[in-house]
Amino acid sequence: MAIGLAQPVVGAPPRGFGHRLRRALLTDPLGFFSLVVIVLLIVMAIIGSAMAPYPMQGEGASSVTTRLFPPSWAHWFGTDLFGRDILSRVIVGARGALVVSVAVVALAMAIGVPIGAIAGYSRGRIDGALMRLTDLFLAFPPLLLAMAIVAALGPGLDHAALALAISWWPWYARLARGTAISLRERPFIEAARSIGIPDRTIVLRHIVPNSLTPILVQATIDIGTVILAAGSLAFIGLGASPPAPDWGLMVAEGRTYILDQWWVSTFPGLAIFVAVLAFNLVGDLLRDLLDPRQNA
Amino acid sequence: MTRFVVRRLAGSALVLLGLSVITFTLARVIPSNPAALYIGPKARPEEIERVTRQLGLDQAPPVQYLTYMRDMLTGDWGTSIGTKRPVLEEIVSRLPATLELIAAAMALAIPLGIVLGVLSARWQRRPPDVLVRVVSIVGVSLPAFWLGLLLQVVFFRNLDLLPLSGRVSADLRFTAPIEPITGLYLVDAALGWNWAAFVDASRHLVLPALTLAAFPIGLIARMTRASMIETLDQDYIRTARAYGLRDRFVTYRLALRNALLPVLTVVGLTLAYSLTGSFFVEIVFNWPGLGTFAVHSMLNVDYPAIMGIALFGAAAYVLINLVVDLAQAWLDPRVRLA
Repeated sequence: MAIGLAQPVVGAPPRGFGHRLRRALLTDPLGFFSLVVIVLLIVMAIIGSAMAPYPMQGEGASSVTTRLFPPSWAHWFGTDLFGRDILSRVIVGARGALVVSVAVVALAMAIGVPIGAIAGYSRGRIDGALMRLTDLFLAFPPLLLAMAIVAALGPGLDHAALALAISWWPWYARLARGTAISLRERPFIEAARSIGIPDRTIVLRHIVPNSLTPILVQATIDIGTVILAAGSLAFIGLGASPPAPDWGLMVAEGRTYILDQWWVSTFPGLAIFVAVLAFNLVGDLLRDLLDPRQNA
Repeated sequence: MTRFVVRRLAGSALVLLGLSVITFTLARVIPSNPAALYIGPKARPEEIERVTRQLGLDQAPPVQYLTYMRDMLTGDWGTSIGTKRPVLEEIVSRLPATLELIAAAMALAIPLGIVLGVLSARWQRRPPDVLVRVVSIVGVSLPAFWLGLLLQVVFFRNLDLLPLSGRVSADLRFTAPIEPITGLYLVDAALGWNWAAFVDASRHLVLPALTLAAFPIGLIARMTRASMIETLDQDYIRTARAYGLRDRFVTYRLALRNALLPVLTVVGLTLAYSLTGSFFVEIVFNWPGLGTFAVHSMLNVDYPAIMGIALFGAAAYVLINLVVDLAQAWLDPRVRLA
């Protein structure tokens, strides 16, 4: 992953990290569970339509003769108000959930990492100003800023994603700043500076690439959190619009008949929960493996 | 300590100022026609013109910002399009319901989270620890809105133990009406010696509070565990053990007290989380608080209300952080001297 010189990586995983990660994912029951879930999510995101028993209904086609059927062999998760097979919609919905959260995390990184890297590398006034700005965005309670932005732009999945990224980047800025500060004192950065490489190049070619490991770890963990946040926005009507097979939206749609047709909301919500759980478990494993105390 | 307080207060004031710039930008600069947004979907051209003048939208942004600040500081937060009442009045009148919910959730989450965290740390890497870690990670992974729905199905529909939604039963205002004093129904009912209302309000509070508490329980348990493990690893604890002090004394008197300091930060964080978390819980349980108002405003593009809520929430968050910092400085000299 290092570009250019062979540099030591700051905050980098200790030796044998890949090996120990594999071992944790395969032998720890919780790790194995999350590995299976994440692989399944990715597979569903890629070939969901082929896996779904009723692909057309997954996309939104209604079926008047099968309205609100309880779970059965024909419809494992039951059907919704429009007679659509809920299992199919959950499977097809994986793509949206994953794409949105990866997009949000990527966008947040794209904004946050350069800001943090510049702040940490330049120190002084630029650092102060950039970090004040970062703190301001963090001064909003989680999700509130995103909600206000969606409200300002109008509801919709793209606006929700943009709003989430705008309220998420400060975390990456902080993280990148931290690694940049410790990197800038390293000999290879000093060497680059002393042979006259412009600051811009140093930040882009050396600081950013070398900060990526801890940032990517954080990004993995965040994918779950963003699925939860996007689902929450969709639930209150600030995300995807019908008939999209969006998990949060599906929970909201089933809410009206939750008492008698519990399955309509329960299974899409379960999908959100299991997906978030899997990413959180992986995050926990990664944190454990990266914790220097435990490696001693 | 005084210096710390002054410095911290000044910092908070600056953050508030910055926040107002962000909400101002969202309210006045980003929308292409803020005046139309402020009147709502049925805006007539002459109304738009009037509101444009009234909000000062025909002036330069810096001038607009100053008017905006003046209005905010004098309590003029605009009029809600949905309810036709002043936004600040709406917020204040709905605040007690939300506060009661958050307080109940915190009353559940803080002790439970700390107890789970301590248990986990004491039995590190043994079954109780594994169990607590699973509970806490489930807690932070559960979508609150979904958990609320599930609890409704189980405790209302299947077991018929607890009410479905709302703050009190519909017939309570005929049988045992609550005298409004603080707006917190439990407190008001207790002050009025209104036992029937107290029981009714408590029963309504259980499920929403439990729903809202799930995430904080997980977070606080994890933080307590980490902090406790770190503290138990320190020299003074080893010394205490070497002196042969009893395990209970070492764990609860010597370690826990110090371990709780970082937990305080997380408690502050979860309080802030609960503010937006309560939005979703309130929607699920038809809780007549700030969250219901906020979500309805967002869906109906009730612009003045949305911006008011955003500013209010941010200000509340800043205040919570301030209180947490001050509490920490008061408890721990290292913080205030740093």
